[in-house]
Amino acid sequence: MTINNVIEVKNVWKSFKTVQAVKGINLNIPKGQFVALLGPNGAGKTTLVEMIEGIQKPDKGEITIMGKKWKGNEDRLHRIIGISLQETRFIDKLRVTETLQLFAEFFNLGIKRVNEIIEIVGLEEKKRAYVVNLSGGQRQRLAIGIALINTPQILLLDEPTTGLDPNARREIWDILQKLKEVSETSMILTTHYMEEAENLCDYIVIMDNGVILREGTLHQLLAEDSKEKVVEFTIENGSLPDTSSTEGLPFSIRSGETGEKWIVTLLNFETGLPDFLSFLKSRNISLSHMECRRKTLDDLFVSLTGRKINE
Amino acid sequence: MNKLFRINQLWRLTTALFREIIREPGVLFWGILFPILMSLGLGLAFTKKTDVLRKVAVIRTFRSSSADSSVVYNFLEKNCERNSPEETDEYRWKYVIKDDKLGNSVFLFYEMDWDQAMILLKRGTISLLLYSKDDVTEYHFDPMNSDAELTYLKLSSIIGAGDILTVSSNSEIKPLTVTGTRYIDFLVPGLITMGVMMSTMWGISYGIIEKRSKKLLRRLVATPMKKSHFLIALITVRVTMNFIEALVLLLFALITFKMTIQGDILALILMFLAGNIAFAGIAVFVSSHTSNTEVGNGLINFVVFPMMVLSGIFFSYHNFPDWSIPIIRILPLTMLTDGIRSIFNEGAGFGEVVMPILILISAGIVFFVTGLKIFKWH
Repeated sequence: MTINNVIEVKNVWKSFKTVQAVKGINLNIPKGQFVALLGPNGAGKTTLVEMIEGIQKPDKGEITIMGKKWKGNEDRLHRIIGISLQETRFIDKLRVTETLQLFAEFFNLGIKRVNEIIEIVGLEEKKRAYVVNLSGGQRQRLAIGIALINTPQILLLDEPTTGLDPNARREIWDILQKLKEVSETSMILTTHYMEEAENLCDYIVIMDNGVILREGTLHQLLAEDSKEKVVEFTIENGSLPDTSSTEGLPFSIRSGETGEKWIVTLLNFETGLPDFLSFLKSRNISLSHMECRRKTLDDLFVSLTGRKINE
Repeated sequence: MNKLFRINQLWRLTTALFREIIREPGVLFWGILFPILMSLGLGLAFTKKTDVLRKVAVIRTFRSSSADSSVVYNFLEKNCERNSPEETDEYRWKYVIKDDKLGNSVFLFYEMDWDQAMILLKRGTISLLLYSKDDVTEYHFDPMNSDAELTYLKLSSIIGAGDILTVSSNSEIKPLTVTGTRYIDFLVPGLITMGVMMSTMWGISYGIIEKRSKKLLRRLVATPMKKSHFLIALITVRVTMNFIEALVLLLFALITFKMTIQGDILALILMFLAGNIAFAGIAVFVSSHTSNTEVGNGLINFVVFPMMVLSGIFFSYHNFPDWSIPIIRILPLTMLTDGIRSIFNEGAGFGEVVMPILILISAGIVFFVTGLKIFKWH
């Protein structure tokens, strides 16, 4: 019945000394699906992924991978999983090729696979370089190469692009998108970048404070309230009240990223827009710029938590 | 086939960890050059006889005519080379005992009052006070200070009897320069064993802790790698390095100081290996838990520092109180050093060192197994 799910997480709890990191999470991941665990720092993403990786043990609940629990199946599961941990540093004075050869040897693979991986992650020019001399993006590509070396059925990447510049991030996305085209690998990726989840993943799980707030495809998540629209605007004069004084009105106003920019979410665009405009007029505020756009994951996260994801 | 694959894995791990070490330029200096420099420095300092300066305070007395004729002043004025000091910290009289075999002894006499002399004594600038009182020469010195005592003996024989120690009168003295009895013969085995302890403890323990803090251990055990292979590879690399380092130091000492190995070379190799096993076990145990390099520093120092001081690396531990000797003797570094020294200098064979070898190996295995049981990979 559930044979199609490669990963099943059932009511899993985990706490550390002072923190309840994961509070009763359920998650099923079917074969070939790319899943994003999206949430701010401290949401419990890494703890959840590490439990799936077999590094942490749940206090309560059950995790199965291809129908098997970790206990007693470590060797078999290690062979079908590829992982990239948050901030792993490999041996500094080992060359890229040597590092890959070391990991390849654990899976009884030879130089042929190592060369394939070097090509997949685009490190041909750096294959003789010491790991310590690689840039952040190159190091992360090496980590992904190591995760891919055993052609894993399940790929678990913990924040693979955190701290990288946009170019380096895009290079990693390209690698993963290509992988999706050519293989049936299932993937869980944790991130706090909305675009990463949107661009790479079929299914998005939004987490905060150890629980799942919302999950679904991008379409499902954003079309839930189809009449909801977001208007960004700037004003020429006057000042806007804070959120509390718009209570009772059918919209809420918050400040945007730059401070000059304001954002209003209209629950029903057709009726809400005239209301909003007359609200401005009643306060003698004139607009200098206004833009209507679709709702993003960022907006969704703000509406769920009152915070922005990268705050 | 499977067995072969596991051996390949061990080999790959070993070469990777070996490369990690030899590609670090500091390794060459600290592992190989530094022990040689240390043996050279200490060896020369303690084997080459140079002039020994012995500084003595002469307490100023009001020179009545009788004082002038006191034995001390008589000796100083007649037999010594005079100097007219312009500064108070310059000597007034100088006396040299020439000695080709033991090195010259140079006595420098400073004239001062009692209080001044006490200050200099406390500072260690002088070690003996001469006080001429009613024609009796008083020697004031700390009887626990053997160097001061030696100054007294030499001086009293010169001043008292006027009989000067010279080469002809000490012709019965045979300076011990026979190989095996010199300080360098004592020192080099100690440097070798200390090297084993230091580089094993720092190399293995610190290596493990650092890799744990880098999350590399965590990443490695998320593969089908055999956990014990990783530790075996780490130990193999370290023992190989220790072997090379010891060999270089040994060859240097054999050539430069004409040292010899008087005992059984096979026993020496076994003893050396046993020491490596003991410290490798301890190193794994010490680093089994922490991922904090600062804590690791403390832990490693906690283990190595007492042994550095107590195990008689630079000086014999027999100067420590009697009750402590049996405890010092069972420290792994003492056991290893005593064993190695007895093979080098006393001509010991396998029979004499078989017990310490067995004890060291067993201790190493016990620590290794216990360490592995509580080992934190994550």
